[in-house]
Amino acid sequence: MEDRAIIQLDHVSKSFTVRSGIFGGRKHMQVIGDLSLSIGKGEVLCLVGESGCGKTTTGKLIVGLIKPTSGKILFEGKDIWSMNNEEFKNYRKAVQIIHQDPYSSLNPVHRIYNILSAPLFRHGIVKSKSEAEEKVLELLDRVDLTPPRDFIYKYPHQLSGGQRQRVAIARSLTLNPKFIVADEAVSMLDVSIRLSIIELLRRLKEEMNVTFLFITHDLAMAKYFGWEGRIAVMYLGRIVEIGPTPRVIENPLHPYTKALLMAIPEADPQVTRSKKPMQLRSLDIPSLLNLPPGCSFNPRCPFWIEGTCDREVPNMYEPEKDHYVSCFLFRGK
Amino acid sequence: MAREILNIENLFVEYSNIRGKVKAVRGVNLKLYKGENLALIGESGSGKTTLGTAIIRLLPSSGYIKDGKIIYKGNGNEYDISKFNEKDLRQFRWKEIAMVFQSALNSFNPVLKVWDQIYDTAKAHGISNRSFVRERAISLLRYVQLDPERVINSYPHELSGGMRQRVLIAMSLLLEPKILILDEPTTALDILTQRNIIELLRTIKSDMGLSMIFISHDLSLAAELADRVAVMYAGAIVELGSVEDIFYRPRHPYTLGLIKAVPTVTAGFRELYSIPGSPPDLINLSPGCKFAPRCEYRRSECEKDEPTLVEVGPDHFVACIRHKEINNGR
Repeated sequence: MEDRAIIQLDHVSKSFTVRSGIFGGRKHMQVIGDLSLSIGKGEVLCLVGESGCGKTTTGKLIVGLIKPTSGKILFEGKDIWSMNNEEFKNYRKAVQIIHQDPYSSLNPVHRIYNILSAPLFRHGIVKSKSEAEEKVLELLDRVDLTPPRDFIYKYPHQLSGGQRQRVAIARSLTLNPKFIVADEAVSMLDVSIRLSIIELLRRLKEEMNVTFLFITHDLAMAKYFGWEGRIAVMYLGRIVEIGPTPRVIENPLHPYTKALLMAIPEADPQVTRSKKPMQLRSLDIPSLLNLPPGCSFNPRCPFWIEGTCDREVPNMYEPEKDHYVSCFLFRGK
Repeated sequence: MAREILNIENLFVEYSNIRGKVKAVRGVNLKLYKGENLALIGESGSGKTTLGTAIIRLLPSSGYIKDGKIIYKGNGNEYDISKFNEKDLRQFRWKEIAMVFQSALNSFNPVLKVWDQIYDTAKAHGISNRSFVRERAISLLRYVQLDPERVINSYPHELSGGMRQRVLIAMSLLLEPKILILDEPTTALDILTQRNIIELLRTIKSDMGLSMIFISHDLSLAAELADRVAVMYAGAIVELGSVEDIFYRPRHPYTLGLIKAVPTVTAGFRELYSIPGSPPDLINLSPGCKFAPRCEYRRSECEKDEPTLVEVGPDHFVACIRHKEINNGR
């Protein structure tokens, strides 16, 4: 990485304890296993994967909403869980998250003004109501809720889904963040609205030089938003492939990434009907409570090597520049 | 010309709530032919699910058919479903038309095992021979690529999302319906599971020659499976045509906008743009074309009368006064 890293994950893992049944014992569910990742200043990193792969947990770990079980998360080189109060406060201001569901992420009994001005008062950025109002109007304008005076004293339920998501984005901007985690920020929205929100995020990235972690299950959106950045593909709590977006899309290396790209239905009849999906050995995703030994994709992978893939976890190999894959097929290449 | 099995004539469906009457389906005319896959696409609030549930008369209690007919042609007779009473409906649902609902988990009773749900369904339709039902259930579960012995004794929560969806599809085939309505059959499923359900539906269609109606906001499902596509906006069909017409030669600004708003992964880059604004309030609808406030082709005439569907090509219908100028599919 030529840019200095803003966020680094250093061998991070996260387990949750779950109880099985009323009389059942406790079990450890490993959601993230040994994740190392470095995100450069001004970069867009798209984290893609299917439900339950740990992508949302990764986002929460990065913004400090949950603590890792082991490993370190560094913000500008400092471990966030051993920061002093002031450092931690600065980190919290600099790193923000946009949640998936704009219907549940905004408090329904607060007006837009209260939602957006609370962090401003909390961090002492504004002192008076008139100052706050001015700042909130500016934020609404920035996310294209215009004219802002029509929105500032409304409640969330008076807004459409797309407008609510714009408010959620405005809230993430209140403290001039350096890093934004967008967790499925458009997947709840209607098709015709999605693109305008993506365009808004892209514009903000240009104007404010924000670094983005764009979490999505939608490879097409990742490709569209992150073409100039990188894509990391997650499967069962591990990154199996990471590289520049055009390379991962056009030359996928990991069998799982290949299977996804060969399976994904597309909005073009000729393209989508001529797809030849990969024949997997099993349709079912293993349970996080009972992960297979070795590479977690091995029970489904048509290219598995018996005695290797089901014993060891593959390292990250770099068969082409900046394009890494965790798969024994690339060992020694 | 293929034979029609369903003919919806000038259908209006409303919901009453505190604010007034929600005009969810407004004057829909639509035919379904034997053995075809028809996709109803549109965004939330476009009326696609209301139309689907109206066909089997399972509207929520606040909803009612205000006007129109739903003619079902089967067994050499014609029936108007909108006039059916509860007894007629019980004879009719599942046997003639079955529906697979959007939320696979909510469609099950959580405290009943899969077998009990299947048997209850059969009993409600007058088939109480246990071993006959069991045999049929097992063959259907095997058909949808599930392990029948394991699944039949499971509770719904013990199955994954994809497995539940496959069980629901198997159950919907229990009484050999002529029409299958599927509401968002792949939404919320993982990509590899989606692919599997799509392949399954394709097999079912070629094996059983059913007619299917897919309801989806997802254009890619229509691109995968549909023979014809109906695009809905604000309760009305704005464009209807073959899947090629809709995707490669759209003539309604809304259809064009929808297709241009969806990026693809493997098809290379295409120019994308988003449709400004948001869908109208279905309680206080303005006269004229309902899409006009968001439309870049809008003219003052558009706000006067709502355009009706006109034929612009063989079996290709569009409700837009400027359809002649919109001819640049892609």
